[in-house]
Amino acid sequence: MRSVLAQAWAIAAKDLLLEFRSRTSFLSALVFTALVLAIFNFARDPTAVSSVDLAPSVLWITFSFAGVLGLNRAFTLEKENRAIDGLLLSPASRTALYLGKTAANLVFVGAVEAIALPLFALFFNVPLLDVLGPLVLVIALATIGFVAVGTLMSSMAVNTRFGEMMLMVLVLPFLVTPVSAAAEMTTKLFAHRPFAEWAAWLKLLAAYDITFVVLCTLVFEFTLED
Amino acid sequence: MLIASAQAPALQVGGLTKRFGHVRALRGVEFALGAGESLAVFGPNGAGKTTLLRVLAGLLKPDAGTVQFGGEQLVRSNAAHRRRVGLISHHSLLYDGLTAAENLVFYARLYGLASPRAAAARALAGVGLEARASDAAGTFSRGMVQRLAIARALLHEPEVMLLDEPFSGLDQRAAATLRDLLGRLRAERRTMVLVTHNIDEGLELATHVAIQVAGAFASLGPRDGDLAAYRARYAEATAGA
Repeated sequence: MRSVLAQAWAIAAKDLLLEFRSRTSFLSALVFTALVLAIFNFARDPTAVSSVDLAPSVLWITFSFAGVLGLNRAFTLEKENRAIDGLLLSPASRTALYLGKTAANLVFVGAVEAIALPLFALFFNVPLLDVLGPLVLVIALATIGFVAVGTLMSSMAVNTRFGEMMLMVLVLPFLVTPVSAAAEMTTKLFAHRPFAEWAAWLKLLAAYDITFVVLCTLVFEFTLED
Repeated sequence: MLIASAQAPALQVGGLTKRFGHVRALRGVEFALGAGESLAVFGPNGAGKTTLLRVLAGLLKPDAGTVQFGGEQLVRSNAAHRRRVGLISHHSLLYDGLTAAENLVFYARLYGLASPRAAAARALAGVGLEARASDAAGTFSRGMVQRLAIARALLHEPEVMLLDEPFSGLDQRAAATLRDLLGRLRAERRTMVLVTHNIDEGLELATHVAIQVAGAFASLGPRDGDLAAYRARYAEATAGA
């Protein structure tokens, strides 16, 4: 187990270092996020729908698509010089590879979300500080779920034609549950509803995370079969 | 066809078959090599040479046949088996955005080496790249990339080296450096399989020679002729291919 974690850490650290040096995907995701938030902000009619009613949907649409943009890079960077062969030749287990890639994706998507959240508060004028703690919990749980599934799908999509588009097609059906649950909880949080009203969604999100993290870890090695 | 090696085979391959759709990339390939022996596999493009190496490396699953290292059947999921093999391909398997040292430290960690930085420094010195340790691999010339790829492949001191067109794209000086390095591997009694369509380069390093045509070995045996003889054999074997 220690060697699996050490190998996973080496893979995650390598991915993050490469992204830190190029910043290509990170900047793309940030620009995309800012554009989506700005477009929604200026396109809406504030007299027809209040900010607080619209904000949760906008937040989760933005996070989902920005996240998918980031997930694309996970295996695309292994195509360069066929580095994936180096990983598969090494004694690193497929579990370590999946966990390392997932951890790097979590940091990547988490960093995009951390920058997007203040932008979101600025554009939509929502009372973020009042609900920051529970909102961060909701974002963290939803992010774990969709990154776990997205990393698996990314490994499948990378060798297909039009891999980036294929990733969207593969991953979006799996995002319905975590994104719906997260949007519902965000709505309740912004409306200052009691915990009892959104506890069931939280349990659903936790169950989704546990199920898909375990399932994706087990299934991952088969996506790398020739 | 099997080479009757005098030693216990370090690498033994039996009845390897691999298809891609209707294309038969490998057709009953078999051979055995002892420690320190090296097999050069010559063949035209599309003969299945790279497929053979990828199967030996465990990167491709054969449809039939066996690969044994030191008498042990290769199991692709077995980490210990993957440690026994080093692959030098015409792709470097390196990350352009990492420095030479970072690339090697990363692989040293994946291989669980005791002191990754020291192992990386040793490997870089072994290929004469210690002065460029802090430079990004993406800034290297083709010859330097190939030397770095060799350092990566040798980091964990594999018993069996697999080389896929290692001289491809190298200038004369880089090719000479690579020949020296491979000569050193042979002196260290590592078993090597080298696939190439360049007879001149391959023959120099080989103790055994095979000519592969359309997925099968058209000839196989200990090296017993000079360059001209093998050119003639190659031309004859590939005449209809």
